Amino acid sequence: MNIELKLYASLSSYLPPGAKHHRVALDVAEGTTPAQLIDDMKLPKEACFLVLRNGVYLTPDERETRPIKEGETIAIWPPIAGG
Amino acid sequence: MAWAKKILRVNLTDGTCKNEPLNMDWADKYLGQRGLATKYFVEEVDPKVDPLSPKNKLIMTTGPLTGTCASTAGRYSVVTKGALTGAIACSNSGGFFGNEMKNAGYDMIIFEGKAKKPVYLFIDNDDVQLLDAGKIWGTSVWDTEDWIKEHHQDPMIRVASIGVSGEKGVKFACVVNDYHRAAGRSGVGTVMGSKNLKAVALRGTKGVQVKDYKSFMKAVDAGKAVLSGNAVTGEGLPAYGTQVLMNVINETGALPTRNHQTVQFEGAHAISAEAMAEPRKSDGKPNLVRNAACFACTIACGRISTIDRTHFTVAERPQYQVASGGLEYEAAWALGAATGVDDLDALTFANFICNEQGYDPISFGATVGAAMELYETGVIDKKATGGIELKFGNAKALTDLAEQCGKGEGFGAEIGLGSKLLCEKYGHPELSMSVKSQEFPAYDSRGIQGMGLAYATSNRGACHLRGYTVASEILGIPEKTDPLVADGKAGLVKAFQDATAAFDSAGICIFTSFAWSLEDVAPQIDAACEGGWSVDKLLEVGERVWNLERQFNNAAGFTAKDDNLPARLVKDAAKVGPAKGLTNQLDKMLPEYYELRGWTPDGVPTNETLNRLSL
Repeated sequence: MNIELKLYASLSSYLPPGAKHHRVALDVAEGTTPAQLIDDMKLPKEACFLVLRNGVYLTPDERETRPIKEGETIAIWPPIAGG
Repeated sequence: MAWAKKILRVNLTDGTCKNEPLNMDWADKYLGQRGLATKYFVEEVDPKVDPLSPKNKLIMTTGPLTGTCASTAGRYSVVTKGALTGAIACSNSGGFFGNEMKNAGYDMIIFEGKAKKPVYLFIDNDDVQLLDAGKIWGTSVWDTEDWIKEHHQDPMIRVASIGVSGEKGVKFACVVNDYHRAAGRSGVGTVMGSKNLKAVALRGTKGVQVKDYKSFMKAVDAGKAVLSGNAVTGEGLPAYGTQVLMNVINETGALPTRNHQTVQFEGAHAISAEAMAEPRKSDGKPNLVRNAACFACTIACGRISTIDRTHFTVAERPQYQVASGGLEYEAAWALGAATGVDDLDALTFANFICNEQGYDPISFGATVGAAMELYETGVIDKKATGGIELKFGNAKALTDLAEQCGKGEGFGAEIGLGSKLLCEKYGHPELSMSVKSQEFPAYDSRGIQGMGLAYATSNRGACHLRGYTVASEILGIPEKTDPLVADGKAGLVKAFQDATAAFDSAGICIFTSFAWSLEDVAPQIDAACEGGWSVDKLLEVGERVWNLERQFNNAAGFTAKDDNLPARLVKDAAKVGPAKGLTNQLDKMLPEYYELRGWTPDGVPTNETLNRLSL
């Protein structure tokens, strides 16, 4: 199943080779949840502050229970703010 | 204590400078800075006054914590009737000027009248002089600050000044201090220019006394521990600055692009915090040099950057091959996504010019975006623009207009009208993306519903810093709410607005609120000041300040009809992203907001509300 992963700020260093503009296409198993993806990519879980699925915020519960679907984009940031 | 309990009143018409005691009854009700200066302003100025009339006044004001060792306690504000908006204006700045003013022994400086010739105010503690500014009138903020320090032979002098844009009447001119910190919005620098006041230069060494030193240090230490232990204020902001929001807001489908025609910008990655940190091809160095902190700040979110020396803007101009302030997120958005320009060095250059010549990059960039839409739809042509091909994405057009606007020349002078007057001039007022004549900052309210209400009801026109519900709706601070729904946003906006007014009246930076609640702030103020400063008292001050500002605007002629958004945001649905198909639902939120505020359906505070708030 093809998905897209985007990692920003301090999480950028976890992107695999071939990533461009902080995004990379991945082939993951059916039923993979965002939490499993975070584990698979060896991302520090505590640093995964903002997790978006197609731009929509996922609660910590949804990250554990809601499988990613074909073609979806998961974007992750560490704790950040601005304004 | 903490207050200096002294005001300096400068009559520019007469050339007199007099000290007055601070009204401590008002200090107890309005705390300081935004709140207390607004109280003085509304008591002394006719709401109908022409902002550029000598009868308008301009107040530079500190808070009680300004100049203390509380984290971020270097803030000051400029309060006046805004040249851009005709509404109450309060523009807040960091840097080091506010600290110096407080240490010179002044809570605020009230400027009234108009000088016959350009002057600057020089303060060395109790020595106060109005001096001839003939040699610096017509020069930039940067040259003015250099000249004053050299002339007085003191590099430690802190300066707040206007550039040529403020002299020439650019509607969104700033007051810039410390070279690149600015009281930036609403045209407070334009008002300063109308008074022939070029600069205020300060040296203050008196110190700031607090009520209970031991309790104060304990409260300050506890506050700093909260900031350093918080992942946002302790790690995220110092490392990436505000610019880290560029990709976040783009991903959430709330990045206003090409004059709000769409909500996602394909070039966002190229102008983001991440891009600022990437080595460039020419010299292997990144745009970002380092972060920077204002006085007493333990967050240090500021950015110091350089432009690629081979870039067309600076290749032949070594004076700009330096490290200076920016880019911050709001400026990067306005200069970039709003104009469709994805050239990071062009944005950095335009931002340098905004600082150098003293005008607001948000209103400038947004107005250029509106002009680009006028150009691309054939309303204006090269004859109107002086030969500039004003297409979206044209970096050279952006930087040329930045220089023209800074000097009030060419089509840049028309950009200096702001988007409302510009679009009205060319018969398309609907293309001005503004509220109360002030351009939106970097969040599209179709994708962040609460911000639509925050913009519409902001007392100084469209602004993110009057009620930053982005913190909740996007970032989950203090708790996550859904940005795509309007339900519950009236209460959220009111809560943010009132708390922000309290923070802004204290002398500290609103960025502390990413980690601090008023529970963290109250002990610091209470240890510094007489008056029994509890969370409830601070919230009451915040609500009182908000209503006082509203009363001034209502008396100035604003009505509920001005609590509105451009048709594009309430009629044209977002075409892409999570908000696809959504417009802003202001019509649902506004009546509930008025009710929660204790206002009539026409947006007027009821007598009951005024009595409750002792107004």
